[in-house]
Amino acid sequence: MTTQTVKILNKVGLHARPASMLVNTAGKFGCDIKIKNSEKSVTAKSMINLLSLRAKMGDTITIEADGSDEKEAVKALTDLINSKFGED
Amino acid sequence: METFNGTGVSKGYAIGTAYVIEPCEKKSAAHTAGNSCEEAERLKGAVELSKRQVKDIAQKASRSLDGKNAGIIESQINFLDDPAFVGQAFTLIKGKNISAETAVSHVADSLYAAFSHIDDDYIKERAADIKDIGDRILKNLAGEKSGIDFENMPENTVLFAHDLKPSDTAQIDKSKVSAFVTEAGGRTSHTAILAKAFGIAAVVGCKGMLGNVKTGDKVITDGVSGTVLINPDEKELSKYTRISEKFKTENAKNTAAAKRAVYTKAGKRITVAANIGTINDLKTAISNGAEGVGLFRTEFLYMDRSDMPSEEEQFEVYKKAAQMLDGRPLTIRTLDIGGDKSLPYLNLPKESNPFLGLRAIRLCLKDTGIFKPQLRAILRASAFGNIQIMFPMISSLGELSEAKGVLESCKAELRRRGEAFDSCIKTGMMVEIPSAAIMADSFAGHVDFFSIGTNDLTQYTLAADRLNENVSELYNPMNPAVLKLIQMTINAAHAASIPCCMCGELASDEKAAAVLLGYGLDEFSVSPGAITETKSNLLKKASAGQ
Repeated sequence: MTTQTVKILNKVGLHARPASMLVNTAGKFGCDIKIKNSEKSVTAKSMINLLSLRAKMGDTITIEADGSDEKEAVKALTDLINSKFGED
Repeated sequence: METFNGTGVSKGYAIGTAYVIEPCEKKSAAHTAGNSCEEAERLKGAVELSKRQVKDIAQKASRSLDGKNAGIIESQINFLDDPAFVGQAFTLIKGKNISAETAVSHVADSLYAAFSHIDDDYIKERAADIKDIGDRILKNLAGEKSGIDFENMPENTVLFAHDLKPSDTAQIDKSKVSAFVTEAGGRTSHTAILAKAFGIAAVVGCKGMLGNVKTGDKVITDGVSGTVLINPDEKELSKYTRISEKFKTENAKNTAAAKRAVYTKAGKRITVAANIGTINDLKTAISNGAEGVGLFRTEFLYMDRSDMPSEEEQFEVYKKAAQMLDGRPLTIRTLDIGGDKSLPYLNLPKESNPFLGLRAIRLCLKDTGIFKPQLRAILRASAFGNIQIMFPMISSLGELSEAKGVLESCKAELRRRGEAFDSCIKTGMMVEIPSAAIMADSFAGHVDFFSIGTNDLTQYTLAADRLNENVSELYNPMNPAVLKLIQMTINAAHAASIPCCMCGELASDEKAAAVLLGYGLDEFSVSPGAITETKSNLLKKASAGQ
């Protein structure tokens, strides 16, 4: 299992568009991916679950991936979050 | 043979084959769960179709909206792949052996409830997306089962339905459908207006017929008397074949007459124009001899879609209509939404009294983000033809001057952009609220024309809902109070030397023509299918009297 903590940097947090980008990226990998915000942990492949995390700017979330492509998956998701999802 | 009676709302006769559109409620109730594999397959099909539809909408949106909004629409696609949504519905089908409909409703409802309780406004809004997607899947599930098969309809099809919705009728093939019969509706229902525009027979308010007619039955529809005969005998068949032929000959004569202009005995020219909603209506109107368009109902541009039409999109339609009319006037009424017509994407609040609520010009003045793109589109199209602007639902001078102010600001913006438009564009108002008719003399100095909307004027004057079958007897545009308001409006227009048009149903009422000519009405604007008949009637009445 690969784990990585990341800080949400974009203004709106994990709202519709960022969550949708996250789901699309997570969907490219075969491994199980979970995102944790404080106590709650959900699959990164469900937009509805991601929205229910209510992750805001400044929150630190944890990415946990388990499977053959876990390293690549964690890197891709970390890069995406750090890029502020393309927001200015 | 069985006989049913309703109200004939569009004249004509049709001898044809019945096609019955089953009501929606019946469909879901009648559907019992098949085996779970079948149900999962049905859901899969409906989800795939939904994805294609959402992608299509997102693509259209990305052309007309900014990228961010398009992104939000596109994110709906994720819901269609979401394990917590569609995935959950599949799990329910397999685990509980329930129908695809029940599974989708269950998941959508519980997610909707969960999301609407989150105290983050942005996420709360996603509840609407979830509902939207759930509804779409349900609709597609229903459509897949008994969608209307317009493609394989035989010639001379008579459509039977509880009521026809704009979304049902949008794809109707005019060359195949020869009549409408509905259980609901009155003279001003969507069915009636559409049938008149198509120039086909229609009977509405025909109660109790749905259980007694099935697709494939031979039927006769008499749009004049409002009679519907199911599996008629030979005697009725030959009688109606004769009547129908005679009607067609009469119609051909009227069409020939429609090419002539109407003059009163005093030598005043009376024009007969058309009320249209679409470019198709305009084609019918022009071939029937319309001398212009007295009412372009722009609502149809906004309906049956999931986003607002852009300025560019509207401009293209208005420009095309103006060019088709080739110099004849095109009166474009600004958006009249609210009341009985709502738009899903505007998220208008539910009102307990929608006809007295936020509709038409009130909505446009409140949200100029809706109003301005339309005004700019109309102005730009005015460079290509003879266009007039008309404001609906004006009830006070303040509203009129506010609307004119917004129009001026749009003109200023187009000048800055360097876009061409008719700087002397004529601006008029609908007189459809009693206050406007009563104060018509005060309004007349501020507009270039009046247009009397008798449908709303009648219902507001008599406090009788025109869509409510229980009070339809009170709804009478020939009531003396309504006629008095009409007369006051025409007099006020003429005192200020501006023309007065009528674009309500009364304009095509044979019995009202003499009275209206007597009042001095300048223009009769009627549905495209009623032009020839109205004109031949006016030719008779005008030469006989006034």
